Amino acid sequence: MAMPVSNPMSESPTSVSHPAEQHPGYGIFITVWIVLLILTTGLVLLSRLGQTPAVWGLLTLTPLKASLVFYFFMHLKYEGTLLKAVVVVALGTLLIFFALLFSDVAFR
Amino acid sequence: MSEAILGHETHRDDFGSKLGMWLFLVTEILLFSGLFITYSYLRAKYPADFHHAGGLLDVRIGVANTFILLTSSLTMVLSLVAIQRNDRMKSLLFLGSTVLLGAAFLVNKGLEWSAKIHHGIYPNSPHLGTFPPGEQVFFGLYYTMTGLHGIHVVAGIGVLTWIFVRLARGRINQENYVLLENGGLYWHLVDVVWIFLLPLFYLAA
Repeated sequence: MAMPVSNPMSESPTSVSHPAEQHPGYGIFITVWIVLLILTTGLVLLSRLGQTPAVWGLLTLTPLKASLVFYFFMHLKYEGTLLKAVVVVALGTLLIFFALLFSDVAFR
Repeated sequence: MSEAILGHETHRDDFGSKLGMWLFLVTEILLFSGLFITYSYLRAKYPADFHHAGGLLDVRIGVANTFILLTSSLTMVLSLVAIQRNDRMKSLLFLGSTVLLGAAFLVNKGLEWSAKIHHGIYPNSPHLGTFPPGEQVFFGLYYTMTGLHGIHVVAGIGVLTWIFVRLARGRINQENYVLLENGGLYWHLVDVVWIFLLPLFYLAA
């Protein structure tokens, strides 16, 4: 979505008129929901195959599901660079924490 | 100062509002991440115990709750689409469904916790004390993480109910729906956390 224009010095209303913007319709979200249900079913089936497939499912399908929710349901797809950067920095920090933890565990 | 005193319309900054919400969500992500890191370390330390303890949880309840939350996320975002199209009744219907699905999630979770407690599996219980250390840790994490998530679901239901009332009164409308959008962002994050909890606990076996 476009970044609203705000001018705190103005005496006139500065609120944004949303209807002028183009919004996604119902269809794309229903499609994403179906994909999420399929991925969940796949995750459960993978976990039935054994420990290794279960772990791979955890490491691949789960982040994929979370990404779909972030990207579509949470509208990151339609947001500007700043909001995307906020999320990327947070998740990057988290990945660094995980890397530090496992490097510590691995060399103990 | 009120709008009447100023004598002009209230300034609104939807982008600032959303940015503030995202910054809050980042703190929530890092809050849960601390627990996910703890889980990862302890699972690496007690792989067999986690595998066995995970088998004591009912996968069907975990998967059912996943479908419930994913569907609630869908109805949440559809509520936003509806208000963007100036269809308030549909927006209310979708938002009400989201709240009801959240309540259904809590009922399932309550039944699951009750069954576990009935079997003597709860923190510091004598029965759990006879379990291997890794299984005790697993159930400690299970109650902590699903409990913290449950508190977020309760908070989400409260916030969405308040938003529902504002939507019904027309305070949230096609021109001004950032509150509904921010409530939705919070609800979707609750969904994302559960997406990770499912494989960590229910599919660990």
